[in-house]
Amino acid sequence: MSDFHSIDSRTHVRKYLYVFYSLMVLTVVTVSVSYVHLPFIAALIVALIIASIKAALVAGYFMHLISERKMIYALLVLTVVFFVALMFLPMLHHSDPGMVG
Amino acid sequence: MEHVATAPHTDHAHLHEEELGFLRNYIFSVDHKVIGIQYGITSLLFLLFGFSLMMVMRWQLAYPGQPIPYIGEWFGEMNAPGGIMLPEFYNQLGAMHGTIMVFLGVVPLAVGAFGNYLVPLMVGAPDMAFPKLNATSYWSYFVGGVVMLASFFIPGGAANSGWTSYAPLSVIATAGQTYWLIGMVFLITSSLLGSMNIIVTIIQLRAKGLTFMRLPFFVWAQLVTSFLLLLAFPPLEAAGILQLMDRLAGTSFFMPSGLIVSGVPMENSGGGSVLLWQHLFWFLAHPEVYVLILPAMGIVAEIIANNTRKPLWGYRSLVYATVFLGFMSFIVWAHHMFLTGMGTTISTFFQTTTMIISIPSVIILTALIISLWGGSIRFSVPMLFALAFLPMFGIGGLTGLPLGLAPTDIHLHDTYYVIGHFHYVVAPGTLFALFAGIYFWYPKVVGRSMNSTLGKIHFWGSFVSINFIFMPMFIQGLAGVSRRLYDGGAQYTHAQGVLYLNEVMSVAAWTLGLFQIPFIFNFFWSIWKGKKAADNPWESTTLEWQTPTPPGHGNFLKEPVVVRGPYEYSLPGASKDFSPQSES
Amino acid sequence: MQIPYNAVERPDTGLYNAKLGIWLFLASEVMLFGALFSSLVLLRVNATTWPHGWEILNVPLATVNTIVLISSSVTMVMSWASLLEKNFAKFRRYLGGTILFAFVFLVIKAFEYGAKFEHGLLPSTSNFFATYFTMTGLHGLHVIGGIIVNIYLWGPGSKMWTTDPARFINRIEVAGLYWHFVDLVWIFLFPILYLL
Repeated sequence: MSDFHSIDSRTHVRKYLYVFYSLMVLTVVTVSVSYVHLPFIAALIVALIIASIKAALVAGYFMHLISERKMIYALLVLTVVFFVALMFLPMLHHSDPGMVG
Repeated sequence: MEHVATAPHTDHAHLHEEELGFLRNYIFSVDHKVIGIQYGITSLLFLLFGFSLMMVMRWQLAYPGQPIPYIGEWFGEMNAPGGIMLPEFYNQLGAMHGTIMVFLGVVPLAVGAFGNYLVPLMVGAPDMAFPKLNATSYWSYFVGGVVMLASFFIPGGAANSGWTSYAPLSVIATAGQTYWLIGMVFLITSSLLGSMNIIVTIIQLRAKGLTFMRLPFFVWAQLVTSFLLLLAFPPLEAAGILQLMDRLAGTSFFMPSGLIVSGVPMENSGGGSVLLWQHLFWFLAHPEVYVLILPAMGIVAEIIANNTRKPLWGYRSLVYATVFLGFMSFIVWAHHMFLTGMGTTISTFFQTTTMIISIPSVIILTALIISLWGGSIRFSVPMLFALAFLPMFGIGGLTGLPLGLAPTDIHLHDTYYVIGHFHYVVAPGTLFALFAGIYFWYPKVVGRSMNSTLGKIHFWGSFVSINFIFMPMFIQGLAGVSRRLYDGGAQYTHAQGVLYLNEVMSVAAWTLGLFQIPFIFNFFWSIWKGKKAADNPWESTTLEWQTPTPPGHGNFLKEPVVVRGPYEYSLPGASKDFSPQSES
Repeated sequence: MQIPYNAVERPDTGLYNAKLGIWLFLASEVMLFGALFSSLVLLRVNATTWPHGWEILNVPLATVNTIVLISSSVTMVMSWASLLEKNFAKFRRYLGGTILFAFVFLVIKAFEYGAKFEHGLLPSTSNFFATYFTMTGLHGLHVIGGIIVNIYLWGPGSKMWTTDPARFINRIEVAGLYWHFVDLVWIFLFPILYLL
């Protein structure tokens, strides 16, 4: 239970519906773009940007991250840092110019 | 969860027992203290079992090819025909010794038992935040343990690809490896649930007035440890799932193209990466090292403060060093992989982070040593173990430095030097701290103290013999003896000059085994015959000693209110030499 | 003593226990799926050939599934908002909707798997299919887990609404956080597996 009680729940519901419509539109956009067959890097960038916007909408509004407590933010920042390490350090292993094997 | 909500406090323990009956009270209990004891007993049994595997292996290393006396026939014709151990069986014992000691022994004892029993008491909480989840966590651990044990009895025996389960060897190994992976999934689930619970308990259920900087150092150690478990274990779970797919569904996540085994080309689609397994494995397994050591440091800090009768030196530096250590432990993992053909850039990165992480370890050890300065030390049994921890961990830590630098690691990698290094950290390091913790908190848990003469025999015997096991390993390792030779190096040119040490180490290992008998006897004998203990027998300051002995359901008779820091010993002007945290 | 902060927030952290708990759990889930995504990237970068998802997977079916899962997320958050309005009947309708959408998702997924199996496309066919089946499979297991929790909260678990409404609202919020996370994973899985 949080401060949401005091806020008029109709504005809430309206907000959720807007997010829902945006997600639908973005889904259609990302699928349409995929039919264009852009060069791989361009397609990757477009797809990831759209996915990130969708993810931000879900996390921000459905999961109320937009008005969450500091401790949750701290936890998520920590997780993201480790996630990035896990994602990129092994890749560095394979693309290192000084690689021997 | 709240079956006793309406009963008056004084009758809690009593009512609780009557209402719930034996099964719910002692077997499927959701009380953190019962679960802590369950964890403790199960993990001690696993430690004994894992140690026994090693005592059998040490026979083969000291006297290769000779039948194992007395117990040789137990292992069956499959594993040891005529009592002579087969190489395949040796590999099983090696892999399972590592797995059992780390995942079924030390971590469940340090985090499951000590964390579960003590954290809620130390933060002044009635229980863990999620009691049912807590019980789930224990039973998940139990199932994982049973699966691991069961694997010894299937055709081909238990997992035999080392505790690291490197691919592709592990992918093509016998069915025991599948059991290992399934067991690990249960153990990982257990750790995740347990660590969530500990973190929420510490952050949410702290008593009134117990600010973060008033938490006992042990609680800090558990908090950081839990974060490591929470965030480092999932990648191993992912890796485990991928390896299961490789083994069961024929995928090629870790199977490279063109792999030929015993002259037969493998039928996999190929294209996998063997190094991917190593990255995912060590992403967990390096933080795991700190999971093994941090709770031990926490226990040692509590015992040192109590037995020197003065505050810990540099409490804040200890806390900050621990948090920094925890953070850094996530980005040092590839120092286990210097010999995989990594490039110089990434090697340099991981060497640098490895050197950086030694700084907080040194800060912690230094603060603990300086804490001894000027104290009126009580040489109780727990204090002896805690004092021994300091130099033992010091040796373990310092011998790690050459392994963290790629040029020296090339020579030392996969030799007995590595075994000596991490056993100094985990065996006379962590295990001694855990023994210290058992002797120290036993009176609170049981209501009676353990016998200190037997304790001293246990300590001195273990202390001497354990050094005779691990010190020679450095000599063998520097001579270049590989860690995985099942004949102890008899057929290995490098090993000839240091071969005589095998017998020394083996005899020391069995002696160490003998010196555990006083402990086992003491542990059970004291339950009924030990000296009755008061509520606060060590005259300690932290909250767990302000409860009845043993604490009933709900722990505290009245809600504790904390008014001071955790180590207020020998305060000038106080009436006694310790000022409990909750006393005004 | 009773365990505090199950229903109300602890003043200094601003959180009730289960909310911190679920976020910790989700953090570990990020690392779990993160490791799988990391593996996928590593394998793909090093592969000599790697097909485009749209060449061999059914994009229209997956698009429908994306819409279904997003819809289930909306109904989930609406069910929570209904409880804040103290409208239990509406809560049940919305949560029922979420459960229904989740089943639809699984049915469509099953068709998709079935079609692949019929054409002899198995996890062992190539590393593309290996990652496809492993990641969507693990995601599917998460969907099943969510369905079980939601059915419990829709049925027997909803009795708590009469005994401890504040805590029940928390439970729905926590179940919702998990469910949105499952949706979020799919939001990344969909383009990475199907559209690239």
